[in-house]
Amino acid sequence: MINKLVLSNLGHRPVRTVLSVLAIAVEVTMILTLVGVSYGTLDGTAQRARGVGADLMIRPPGSAIIGLSTAPMSDELIAFVASQPHVALATGTAIQPLSGFDSITGLDIDPFTKMSGGFNFLEGGPFQYDQDMLVDEYYAREHKLHVGDQVKLANHVWRVAGIFESGKLARICVRLSVLQDMMGNQHRLSQIYVKTDSPDQIQAVLSDLRTKMPTYQIYSMEEFTSLLSISSVGLLRNFIGVVIGVAVIVGFIVVFMAMYTAVLERTREIGILKAVGASPWLILDLLFRETLLLSVLGTIFGILLTYGTQWLMKHAVPSSLTQETVYLWWPIAGGVAIVGALLGVVVPGIKAVRQDATEALSYE
Amino acid sequence: MNETPMILVRNLYKTYRAGEVDVHALQGASLDVAQGEFVAIVGASGSGKSTLFNILGTLTPPTSGTVTIDGKDLSHLSNAERTELRKHTVGFVFQKYNLLPTLTAEDNIRMVQYIGSRGGDGQSKGGKAAEFTPEFKGILKILGIADRMKHKPRALSGGQQQRVAIARALVNGPAILLADEPTGNLDSKNSAAVLGLLSDLNKRLGQTILMITHDREAAQYAGRSIQMLDGRVV
Repeated sequence: MINKLVLSNLGHRPVRTVLSVLAIAVEVTMILTLVGVSYGTLDGTAQRARGVGADLMIRPPGSAIIGLSTAPMSDELIAFVASQPHVALATGTAIQPLSGFDSITGLDIDPFTKMSGGFNFLEGGPFQYDQDMLVDEYYAREHKLHVGDQVKLANHVWRVAGIFESGKLARICVRLSVLQDMMGNQHRLSQIYVKTDSPDQIQAVLSDLRTKMPTYQIYSMEEFTSLLSISSVGLLRNFIGVVIGVAVIVGFIVVFMAMYTAVLERTREIGILKAVGASPWLILDLLFRETLLLSVLGTIFGILLTYGTQWLMKHAVPSSLTQETVYLWWPIAGGVAIVGALLGVVVPGIKAVRQDATEALSYE
Repeated sequence: MNETPMILVRNLYKTYRAGEVDVHALQGASLDVAQGEFVAIVGASGSGKSTLFNILGTLTPPTSGTVTIDGKDLSHLSNAERTELRKHTVGFVFQKYNLLPTLTAEDNIRMVQYIGSRGGDGQSKGGKAAEFTPEFKGILKILGIADRMKHKPRALSGGQQQRVAIARALVNGPAILLADEPTGNLDSKNSAAVLGLLSDLNKRLGQTILMITHDREAAQYAGRSIQMLDGRVV
């Protein structure tokens, strides 16, 4: 009977019910989209790093795992690293961060091709001139670029020389020396990729380099990609924490307002229930069930909305933001929505329980 | 008729605080209602009859005095005990029907039946309300609302809503039925029908009924009338 009353109450005020569900859905979508983009960005970075074909990676001292650093390492390190035992090849890149999530990567195309097997060009080919730029298919699609198009990036006009299949190193690549000149960082590198002469030697080379270059961040590629997770990136972890906090507050406010209004509006009905012997527990039970149902419906709708944001990002900004579906976070986002909503019903619930039955029955 | 009255009220006082003024709604009211009686309490507005209704219905406690219903002394009951008493001892019929607008007539009745089936700790003794007893089905027949049970209150006339309210008040077999101006919102035809039904229920089932009214014509349907004036039974 309580469930019947809950359903009939929600059905009685369809606009308020829909708006409450929608607000909780937005809260859930907000969390799932942020988490999905975080996972997508990190997984994309890992995939592109693996696509280089290197066994080891050397990053500047004190650099963060996904820091878009400029170029603080000397390119003389390339020769030093290449001269180490069991190192077959070493090549460096420089990274110039752009606005948003984009960056330009400078590379030496020959060693890079040797290490990775080269770009798989869908259109055009490698650099021909210093102002040439290579972009991946997602960046080209998002910016509607074709070979021969001019692009202005970082106060430079570039010519698109080739469009390559995504998944190798970066989305935007230019010649290393050109980028170093442009950044005023001649002979400086952001990271160095190392290929060993045998997979069996990876650990040995790693240990050796760590001993000889103690201040540098040196990872095996497997280690580096495994570190690309939310828990390893402090800033992202904190950001998600803040968003979850905001989501709980939003859920609290929405449900507080909705249920407070509902309790005011149903003053007489609460009085009727009390008059016929309903205990305070039953009144609370009624309000909590109503809130729980709103939260569950909001969570389901929020999950569906997340597929909408995913579709939108895939079609509007495929190179900048990649959103994954993270099933693990569905119950977490649902839990956050339910907790926020249940917190929001506490005060209206207490108000309902404390209502005087005789006053409630005379309420117009 | 039993020797112990079904309702026993002695020296009942109730003082409200309205703003900065004390309102003495009841000033030593006393009355007895025997089991199976249909008593009308008649009085003008402000005579204290509605306050008496609320105290007898355990909706509000008295300031002082003694109230006993079906042998239970209401003076020293806790809130939880008063709530428990309302489930089975008292049934209410209000002037404005007070049906839950989102439920059908049948669900309004079943809701009260369900509440009556719940334990004192608020825990359900089963998620669903039980089937209506044959006795209650007989009451529904007397009330003549069997074909309106699936309708929501807004689809029912005032007279039909008040019949549903009477059915709801009786579903848990209360010791007394308290009716507060049950015909106050009805036209003369429906008033006569509802009062006739109350009288019929009293005569056929021996239901104890205490009706509050300001209408002397309505009071004539009761077996006995009690006059209230300035918070006292006169």
